[in-house]
Amino acid sequence: MLILAIDTSAVASAALVSDDAPESVLASFATEDTRTHAEVLAPGIDELLAEAGVSGRDVDAIVTGVGPGPFTGLRSGIVTARTFAFVWGKPLYGVMSLDAIALEVAESTDSAAEFIVATDARRKEVYWARYTLTDAQLPHLADGPHVGFAADLPDLPVYGAGAGMYSDVVKAVAEFSTRQPEALSLGQFALARLAAGEQLLDSSPLYLRESDAQVPGPRKRAL
Amino acid sequence: MNRTQPLVLGIESSCDETGVGIVRGTALLTNTVSSSMDEHVRFGGVIPEIASRAHLDAFVPTLEEALAEADVTLADIDAIAVTSGPGLAGALMVGVCAAKALAVATGKPLYAINHLVAHVGVGLLQQGGGTPSPHTAPLALPENVGALLVSGGHTEILRIRSITDDVELLGSTIDDAAGEAYDKVARLLGLGYPGGPAIDKLARTGNAKAIRFPRGLTQPKYMGTAEEPGPHRYDWSFSGLKTAVARCVEQFEARGEEVPVADIAAAFQEAVVDVITAKAVLACRENGITEVLLGGGVAANSRLRQLTEQRCSAAGIRLTVPPLPLCTDNGAMVAALGAQLVMAGVEPSGIGFAPDSSMPVTTVSA
Ligand SMILES: [Zn+2]
Repeated sequence: MLILAIDTSAVASAALVSDDAPESVLASFATEDTRTHAEVLAPGIDELLAEAGVSGRDVDAIVTGVGPGPFTGLRSGIVTARTFAFVWGKPLYGVMSLDAIALEVAESTDSAAEFIVATDARRKEVYWARYTLTDAQLPHLADGPHVGFAADLPDLPVYGAGAGMYSDVVKAVAEFSTRQPEALSLGQFALARLAAGEQLLDSSPLYLRESDAQVPGPRKRAL
Repeated sequence: MNRTQPLVLGIESSCDETGVGIVRGTALLTNTVSSSMDEHVRFGGVIPEIASRAHLDAFVPTLEEALAEADVTLADIDAIAVTSGPGLAGALMVGVCAAKALAVATGKPLYAINHLVAHVGVGLLQQGGGTPSPHTAPLALPENVGALLVSGGHTEILRIRSITDDVELLGSTIDDAAGEAYDKVARLLGLGYPGGPAIDKLARTGNAKAIRFPRGLTQPKYMGTAEEPGPHRYDWSFSGLKTAVARCVEQFEARGEEVPVADIAAAFQEAVVDVITAKAVLACRENGITEVLLGGGVAANSRLRQLTEQRCSAAGIRLTVPPLPLCTDNGAMVAALGAQLVMAGVEPSGIGFAPDSSMPVTTVSA
């Protein structure tokens, strides 16, 4: 199975993953920037396909990170994934973006049995979720995703860029303190879960916050 | 690529309409629009984040519907065009990313085009039929062409020497767009959203001369003379007008009198329409413009159409108003301008451009 995975919940990233490839990786790219998705994502995917010599015919499914993440950036990846799925006539799946980091934690040498993944939610808040690990299993999402203040997180080791930003109030794990969700891990996670016969999400974005719109109150009369 | 009768798919997402249109040369095949207007009603204006969320969900279904209606496949398409500005940044982003994905997935060339110029480009579509014209070259614009664009997002007077590479901004609003002023005043008067149709309807029953509201930027210090134009000779301002309406309503209330809503609506509408048409016609006369296209959603306003026709004809200016569904924001106008660019031999924009929420009209395509 060959998957084109896309995630723009923080940085812009895409990957081609396949269960036929070593470590499941055919090709991938990720930016460091979190604000240029509209410019870099499509050229990045175009190059990815060309380098791997892969065309729409070869791809079996599209996977998109569905956040949580800053709205405008998040949508750029989801609309890209939806469009590819439509044009190529391929199934489209969503994966919660924090799962990408959780998988990397599970594969690292010093992972805790229970941990938090956190990313920057701006406005002095973080997006976070709690995971549990059992031997040789994929990380299990136990709670979340949520948005809130870092200081209010459960007292567990915290992985991801959201931990690094607030290392004064959370137990930030140093090696992961700048880690962002990326399409490569997301695609590998999707591949593993599909192989295990598990369900993935649809491509609906996990905004977690309402739009800031306020219904205007009645106008004050001049009496 | 077929450069004589190109089949072009256009995508629009600069405000609250998700539009996909398809043209063949200058023939319109489909104009499919999904609007999030209903979701903005309770807020009394377009909420950018709500519009962006709606674009995300509307894009693929709108695209699918447009292809079915035009009875073409993506493989048939010669080029894709997308609005890359001006407009709401988050809303533009959805259409631009979708268009780029479409370009990569299909291998078709992509044109990033200016929304305002597209409002003019729609005027080059043949009216009343889907039969492709025998034109083998871009439809030539008559000499001395201008465009008056009035909508909830913009108010401009343009001069177009060439639709593909020579467009000049003669004047524009320096604060609110005319349609925005309608929305704000409608809210003041308790008339609901969108304000344009509500005020237009009520104004017919009111006396426009009962109250006189100010016409923004019409004092000599702003106007200057034809020889020595002031800083805002062809520009508009509607925020002072909105404040004047608010003060007027408050005065009636403070006196304990019933607010003459119909008269205020009529007088407000007259102030907007008077200053728009007066300045537009002035700009045309002083720039030798003899052909004007009226575009944008406010072109639906009965009084604006009436006074524009009246004043244009008095000034010897020929006025064209496209059918209303082509005046409001839509994908067909994007496709129409895209087709003009293809026919003129303009190179595609590629896929590396960024949406530009304040794209100037001098940039017809990125
Ligand atoms: Zn418009």
